[in-house]
Amino acid sequence: MNIHFDERLDGELTVIDKAEVLADLQNASPDLILLHREEDLHPFECDGLAAYRVLPMLVAMPETFEQVQTLLKRCHHLGVPVVTRGAGTGLSGGALPLEKGVLLVMSRFSKILGVDPDARLARVQPGVRNLAISEAAAPYGLYYAPDPSSQIACSIGGNVAENAGGVHCLKYGLTVHNVMRLDILTIEGEPMTLGSEALDAPGFDLLALMNGSEGMLGVVTEITVKLLPKPETAKVLMASFDDVEKAGRAVGDIIAAGIIPGGLEMMDNLAIRAAEDFIRAGYPVDAEAILLCELDGVEEDVNDDCATVRRVLEAAGATDIQQARDDAERAKFWAGRKNAFPAVGRMSPDYYCMDGTIPRRELPRVLKGIAALSEESGLRVANVFHAGDGNMHPLILFDANQEGELELAEDVGGKILELCVAAGGSITGEHGVGREKINQMCSQFKPDELTVFHALKAAFDPKRLLNPGKNIPTLARCAEFGAMHVHNNELPHPELPRF
Amino acid sequence: MTNTNQPLPHAPDMTEQDNAETLCEQVRQAYRERSPLRIVGGDTRAFYGRAVEGRALSTLEHRGIVHYDPVELVVSVRAGTRLSDLEAALAHHNQMLPFEPPRFGEASTIGGAVATGLSGPRRPWAGAVRDFVLGTRVITQEGKLLRFGGEVMKNVAGYDFSRLMAGAQGTLGVLSEISFKVLPRPNATHSLRLTMPIDEALKKLAELGRKPLPITAAAWHDGGLHLRLEGGQSSVKATHERLGGDSLDASFWQELRDHSLSFFQGTGDKALWRLSLPPNSGTLALPGVQENEVLYDWGGSQRWVKTSVDAETLRRLCQEAGGHATCYTAHQNGGAIEPFTPLNPVVAKYHRNLKRELDTYAIFNPGRLYAEF
Repeated sequence: MNIHFDERLDGELTVIDKAEVLADLQNASPDLILLHREEDLHPFECDGLAAYRVLPMLVAMPETFEQVQTLLKRCHHLGVPVVTRGAGTGLSGGALPLEKGVLLVMSRFSKILGVDPDARLARVQPGVRNLAISEAAAPYGLYYAPDPSSQIACSIGGNVAENAGGVHCLKYGLTVHNVMRLDILTIEGEPMTLGSEALDAPGFDLLALMNGSEGMLGVVTEITVKLLPKPETAKVLMASFDDVEKAGRAVGDIIAAGIIPGGLEMMDNLAIRAAEDFIRAGYPVDAEAILLCELDGVEEDVNDDCATVRRVLEAAGATDIQQARDDAERAKFWAGRKNAFPAVGRMSPDYYCMDGTIPRRELPRVLKGIAALSEESGLRVANVFHAGDGNMHPLILFDANQEGELELAEDVGGKILELCVAAGGSITGEHGVGREKINQMCSQFKPDELTVFHALKAAFDPKRLLNPGKNIPTLARCAEFGAMHVHNNELPHPELPRF
Repeated sequence: MTNTNQPLPHAPDMTEQDNAETLCEQVRQAYRERSPLRIVGGDTRAFYGRAVEGRALSTLEHRGIVHYDPVELVVSVRAGTRLSDLEAALAHHNQMLPFEPPRFGEASTIGGAVATGLSGPRRPWAGAVRDFVLGTRVITQEGKLLRFGGEVMKNVAGYDFSRLMAGAQGTLGVLSEISFKVLPRPNATHSLRLTMPIDEALKKLAELGRKPLPITAAAWHDGGLHLRLEGGQSSVKATHERLGGDSLDASFWQELRDHSLSFFQGTGDKALWRLSLPPNSGTLALPGVQENEVLYDWGGSQRWVKTSVDAETLRRLCQEAGGHATCYTAHQNGGAIEPFTPLNPVVAKYHRNLKRELDTYAIFNPGRLYAEF
């Protein structure tokens, strides 16, 4: 089913003349940069989910807190929706504009406001790139732990909105575990501080709620993150397997041995070949699967753990085990993994990246299911997997120029996510729901649960002006979606209107 | 140095029982009658927060581990399960709840631990309760049992309602079941005490904090910096040799966690306060407070103070330092009227909105956090 914003299903938006909104905002905030000509809007018509494009009504590029505040107050008054965008690297269409909405681009908020090495905190603006924080902290021997693959480009504001992860989540957590404090503006333009530089704050944990809320509860204007001391050393082992299931079991064996690796990644043969062809990381192209296991910490412990992991991998049937000899080789091993997406992109005109999570024990079953879907559809699927924390990234290869292939890829993707839900997992581990997975939310949550989500939204934004249509589907949308998944001839939600 | 890598010989015997439907029915009745409920597990944390008037809704009959897969590092447990039972079951597989929830009595339950959101000495290094909550089953005001989050490590579908429930003290719904991320217990541990004054200790902690050392607890009291080292055998041994100091019995941390150290016994006519301050905060000049009336935990970020200074003064001083203060002595025993630092008007507005949306008739622990919710 189509994911385009449909006012019949997703809720009506205010009908308002673009010229009127433009004049109102220019009048209220004369120095605010506002883009309104079609040719200026085009660069903002999509985020990292490029298959979906919508021209926003206007693009606002504020530079000051006051400009954001004024913009929100005016939009709230006019009833105009606001979609907030960071670096635009998101993969789920979370920053997909609305024709009838203002796109609030926060990329000019790009200052690092302070690094306090003794408190191990950094205060940054939301447009600061993820990697820039670690670079600023590096002179003190500190770094910011979450490292999504897009870390050279993605902004910390977007990381907060999506609760971004990365390859080191199992040990170091997601964004929510590493953010101490957020300064936000509500849709009414009220400033609010959530969390604190201390380790807790009085009242409800709104800080936790804001992480991963996809720009639907407030607009982040400043972020304080926790910095960690850089591990003394990091070593990586690469194990080859002649069977994907054996590799999957080895992952559980490592954890069962009481070891929490800094990173534990798996790639299947198609992903290995793509990465090797692109990066020359030294991957074994004949292996059915490889595991990359990074152990970090104090030198002596890491050496002990490397020996343990090597024994575990041998016992699990690895056909070859290599340990990176030095940091250069370690970086090369990781470069293959971190560039797996663009590498796969070179093999096919288009690819569609999924983000389901599963309990690790379900891996063999879900991989079989994916293989069956691939065969049935004729579309190739490469598997890249944050194995340590059960987060899969199947990449579905297709050609959008071929009639019907995008729809076919979406259909396969949707079915993969439903496989994950059926296995006790989730439709998204780190990329977010955005617009992309809006229909699959209906599979993961019951109407009563979605109703609680809508209640949370209503507490912050009763007029539904912040990023409407993302993250949480309306019950009407789920009824429509459910109608296409009729079981036993029983129509779900018979009480709801259908279109 | 002790080797902790020894599983217990037997799993604890635990009678489990699913009482969710009864709890839902009690909530439905309260919702129909608009009559408030006082949600209670082991009733060991009633002192924490404002007194609640309402019919008791007991979670004690709703207990037991629903699902535990050590290899997945996930355990799902019913709210009425005793903390001691849960932690024993985890220890049997050489695992633990990394946030070290305090037990204020043998009857302490996991539901109470999550609802109050309190974490033990490992918190600055490992994370808080909410950091390990992966999912919950929650009974809503209409008495519906709903599921949020799940049993997977990463899940960003929908809003993170489960973490919001941690620390909300049952004012937004009844926690029925909680899924946690658990971790292996460290291979080695060693605790030590270094004699030094507080100013020197805070400086030392800032310096140590910038290095990747296996420190997992740091407290200062009575002229001594107490440190716990946990990790691999090699690094704990090396750090122990480097820091020196006198050996400290590991039970110190448990007694600190549970407030059974002598510091916490008998505060006389003074109230016990918890100050939460940014890392690397200096000592605070608190009027009339002697050095032996302060215990520094969490590397200085959490401070326990016995004082009769008025709430307003204490809170102003904490706020100026970037933190806040909570009164641990119940009002009827001489503590502050408001145990928690009052919220600023904007934050309070959104608390009110949330409460209204999720607990329209104020049936869940009304007034526990603040008078109005």
